[in-house]
Order: sequence, then C-alpha cells, then structure tokens
Amino acid sequence: MSVQTWTYLLVGITFAIYIGIAIWSRAGSTKEFYVAGGGVSPLANGMATAADWMSAASFISMAGIISFAGYDGSVYLMGWTGGYVLLALLLAPYLRKFGKFTVPDFIGDRYYSKTARIVAVICALIVSFTYVAGQMRGVGVVFSRFLEVDINTGVIIGMIIVLFYAVLGGMKGITYTQVAQYCVLIFAFMVPAIFISIQMTGNPVPQLGMGATVNDGSGMFLLDKLDGLSTELGFAEYTSGSKSVIDVFAITFALMVGTAGLPHVIVRFFTVKRVKDARKSAGIALLLIAILYTTAPAVSVFAKTNLINTVSDKAYDSMPIWFKNWETTGLLAFDDKNNDGKIQYVADKEANELTIDNDIMVLANPEIADLPAWVIALVAAGGLAAALSTAAGLLLVISSSISHDLIKKVFKPNISDKGELWAARIAATVAVVIAGYFGINPPGFVAAVVALAFGLAAASFFPAIVLGIFYKKMNKEGAIAGMIVGIVSMLVYMMKFKFDMFGGGTAEDWWMGISPEGFGTVAMLLNFIVAVIVMQFTPEPPEDVQEIVEDIRIPSGAGEATGH
Amino acid sequence: MSEKQDKATAYWKENVRYLFILLFIWFAVSYGAGILFKDALDTIKIGGFKLGFWFAQQGSIYVFVILIFVYVRLMNKLDKKYGYDE
Repeated sequence: MSVQTWTYLLVGITFAIYIGIAIWSRAGSTKEFYVAGGGVSPLANGMATAADWMSAASFISMAGIISFAGYDGSVYLMGWTGGYVLLALLLAPYLRKFGKFTVPDFIGDRYYSKTARIVAVICALIVSFTYVAGQMRGVGVVFSRFLEVDINTGVIIGMIIVLFYAVLGGMKGITYTQVAQYCVLIFAFMVPAIFISIQMTGNPVPQLGMGATVNDGSGMFLLDKLDGLSTELGFAEYTSGSKSVIDVFAITFALMVGTAGLPHVIVRFFTVKRVKDARKSAGIALLLIAILYTTAPAVSVFAKTNLINTVSDKAYDSMPIWFKNWETTGLLAFDDKNNDGKIQYVADKEANELTIDNDIMVLANPEIADLPAWVIALVAAGGLAAALSTAAGLLLVISSSISHDLIKKVFKPNISDKGELWAARIAATVAVVIAGYFGINPPGFVAAVVALAFGLAAASFFPAIVLGIFYKKMNKEGAIAGMIVGIVSMLVYMMKFKFDMFGGGTAEDWWMGISPEGFGTVAMLLNFIVAVIVMQFTPEPPEDVQEIVEDIRIPSGAGEATGH
Repeated sequence: MSEKQDKATAYWKENVRYLFILLFIWFAVSYGAGILFKDALDTIKIGGFKLGFWFAQQGSIYVFVILIFVYVRLMNKLDKKYGYDE
C-alpha cells in the first residue's frame, strides 16, 4: 500500500476512535463538563495530562529545534519536564484539596476579590489563545503534507473534530480521548525512533543509541561524529551551545515555571478523587512525558547526522523523492547560488544554499531513513493526536473561563446548571472558530508568541498561586498588583524586542543579555517582589481566608470538586 | 493552640522540609549539572556522552521523574503518620 493509503487508513481509524469515545462519554452536567465528574483514576489522568501537555510543538517541532540548536535545545527538554516537579510539589496537591473548577476560581476565592478573579481570567485567556492558534496551524501542516489537502481545509477538518468532542464531551470527553491520543502519539513517536536507532547504531533503545558508536565500522561515537560534521560545515559544535549561560538559565527557568502555571495543565488535577491521587498522577504524567522527551534528543542527533550525510555536497539531481515532496510544501528550499548543481549546506549565510524548516526533522525523518510506508503514515496520525489533544484542553480552559468565571461568578450568579452548561458549549464553539481563524490566517506573531505563552504564565499565575498556598498573610492587594506588574512587564519586553514597539531593539539591548523567551523569569521575580512589598502596606486577609489556607495544606477530607 | 492545630503545624513543617530537600536536588541536576557546571562536567565522558551534555538532555529528566515518585512515597508516609490518609 502507498503512504497515502496508509495515512488515510490510520488517520481515519484514530479519528473514528476519538469520535466514538466522545459520544460514549458526553457530559450531562457542568461538573462533568469542567472536571469530568471528579472521579478520574490517577493512571487515566496521568495519560490525559501527558497528551494534554505534549502539543504539536513537542511532537513535531521540538526534536527539529534541538537538531539545529544542539546543546542550546536543552532548555526545552529541561524546561518542559522540570516544571512538572514544581507542579507536583508546589501546586497540584493543594489545588486539588481546594476543590474548585478553574484556576481563576482559586485566585478569586483565595484573594477574596472579583478583581483578582477577572485579572486571572484575562491572563488565562491571553495564555490559552496564543497557544491554541499554534496547535491549529500544526493540524493544518500535517494535513497538507500527508493527505495532500489544502492547508486551510486541513485546519477546518481539525476544527470540526475538536469541536465535536470538546463541545459534546467537555472535560469528560476530552479526558478519555486524550488517553487514546497519548497511546497513538507515543507509539507514533517511538516506532520510527527505534527503527532509526537500530539502523544507525545497532542499539534498539534510542536513549542509549544516542551515546553509542556509529554502525559504519569506524568505531566512532555518534555524538563525536556529529560534532565533527557540524564544525566542518562551520556550525557550532553540537554538544556545546552558542547561547550565554545566563540566557540558558533564564529560558529554562521561565519554561519550567510557565509549565507549572499553565491553566490547561493545572485543571487536569481537579479531575481526580483525592489529594493522594493528584500527587501520583503528576508522577505518572511526567513518566509518560519523559518517554518522549528523552527520545526526542536522540531523534535530533540521528536526524541531523542523516540529513548532513544525505544532502551535504551532493548533486541536486540525485536527491531522493522525499526532498522534492517537502520542497513543494515550502518547508525545504534549495537555491543553487554557485550554479554547480550541488547542495552546499553550511553555516555561512552567503554561501548556504539549503533552508530547512525545523518541523521537517520529525515529519520527514522516516522518509529520510527510508522506513516502510506505514511508519510514515503513523507519524501523521501521531502529529494530529498531539495537536488535537492539546487544542481540546486549551479550548476547555477558554470556555470554562467564560461560562464559569465570568458569566456564573461575575455577571449572572443565579444561572441554572443547564444554562451554564449551554454557555460553556457556546463559548467552546466560539473559541474553536477564533482559533481556526488564526490557524488559517496566522498573523506573523503567532509563532513567536507561542513560545512566549510560557513567559506570560510564569509572570502571572505561578507567583499568585504559590504565595496563595505558602504565604498565609498574602492579601488581595499584593496578589493583584503582582500579577498586573508581572504580565505587563512581560508583555512590554516581548512587544519591544519581538514586534519592534516602544522603540524596538536588538539582542545587544537585552536586559542583562536575557532574551524575551527568558524574560518570564525576571517578570516572575518582579511579581513576587511587588506582591510582598504591597502586602506590607495593606490590610491582612480576613480570618476565614486564612483558615482556607490552613485547610488546603491538610490533605484529608478533599471531597469532590464543586462550583460553589 | 489546640492539639489539632499543633498537629497541622507539625505536618506542614515536615512537608516544607521535604520540599526544600527535593527542590535542592531538582536545582542541582538541571541548573547545576546541566547549565552552570556543564563545561567542567563535559571533560568527563561516559560512553559517547559528555557528562554535562548528558545531564542537560537526558539525566536531569530521569532525576525529575524519580523525584516526584520519591515525593509521593514520602508524603503518603507522612499522611499516615499524622492520620491524614484516607
């Protein structure tokens, strides 16, 4: 069977499974819609959290980014996993004990203020929308390359699928589809990685193959070989980076704290029964995520070595079929500057003739390594699973922020449960349409902003939640001032250096050499400092709020999540 | 202060102590071994891996997973000790 037939088959089967699960697990109440009824097992929640978390960026882009960044790519590996340690130790158990539906719920109640709640809703919406637009784009890319439909049609198909199970099933539908999506995406990621690892090093475990010797009889270590190839072509050595230590530090920290502060990940811990289960499911989630995250750097090394060997200084006419396939998508471009008919892939921008999009490294990897057709098709199904599962989780945050935090808690407190459920469904529908619009007409800034969504989450939620749990005397004035200063300073820095506003600036003007991606760390510290200072000059929180804080520190008697 | 409150305070203190120890390790493997002391560790080689590079792209992630499961165990024991388990 051809790749095309295999792709239709595998994507068709997985989509049918997702839709089947959605019909089987549709939500009947707001409780089911927001927190899946609150009785999800730690294993199912761990799998759902892992799929929720691993987006199109993790599946499609990350290994490619590391391929080209080498050691510098470690910021994503450590940043996107280390955040789970913070989440498991500092947030998940206490938020579960608190037992409400959403993150703004916690902020609003803990800081006894509608203003705090509204600030939190706005932060949640900014973070989630920037993130979801990137997912829809990922869906479009996969469709356009593998199923050869127009990229816009691809986005629309993706929208309809997500709409179907997010709107119908709410958190309950999303949880169980995410469990299925985790299985699909991890299988799709591991199979080609194992194949290629055996091909290149003879070791079936990619994590070990990465540090093994190359299979060509030279007895050379793969990483040494890649270091050699990289320097030969004028690039930095693969295992040492070119970013400054302070910037690597700041970016890693911002990604970790941002991960812990992302509302769509946090809400997953509201769905389990006991505090104990929340802790355990954070561990399971990270274990399942680590399988992909420790394989990805190995894939990067294999793919980069393969790529250099295949294209460097070879005649353009002798390129294999995948080269032409990817050229038509525009993700790969060859410009024969010196007219010798050969491909010069070098660091020097003037002489370099090949431009490669990061995403190719995972998507085209099985083709480059000449793997069977079904493996190539599997990657398409996996990419879609990763993008759809994350998009659904984000849409739920957006819809619950509107129906629960704004409509129910601020504007129309006496709305019935049925009414609220309908409001949630309508909000989810509107959110899908907006996300789809951005997927089809990606404003230039979307790609740039997705990476910055973490900085925004780090700068706004993380300090407010941590202080709310660990600092009993923190009051509403401090928390609100901190969140506003945090998110505004992050937005300003981002606009200045990414979108050339407020006079713009280049890397030389970065404050202490910290890039916008790493500035979330600084903005987070500002948030903490401002909150603590403002607190000193404003009244203590009321007695009953301090009692709430004491109560969430004790794990027993968690009860079920409620909206009241 | 009531007995119930004493118990809660003692529980919280032990909890925070665990957090400090675990987060110290969390910091040491990622920011320490993977970033700040990366160059020094890179002079040591295990198989094809330079040690600092390995910590940054592999080792720190393994340690993160272990840390959370250690935390789960410690806290389950602590809950039992104070009668907060259910």
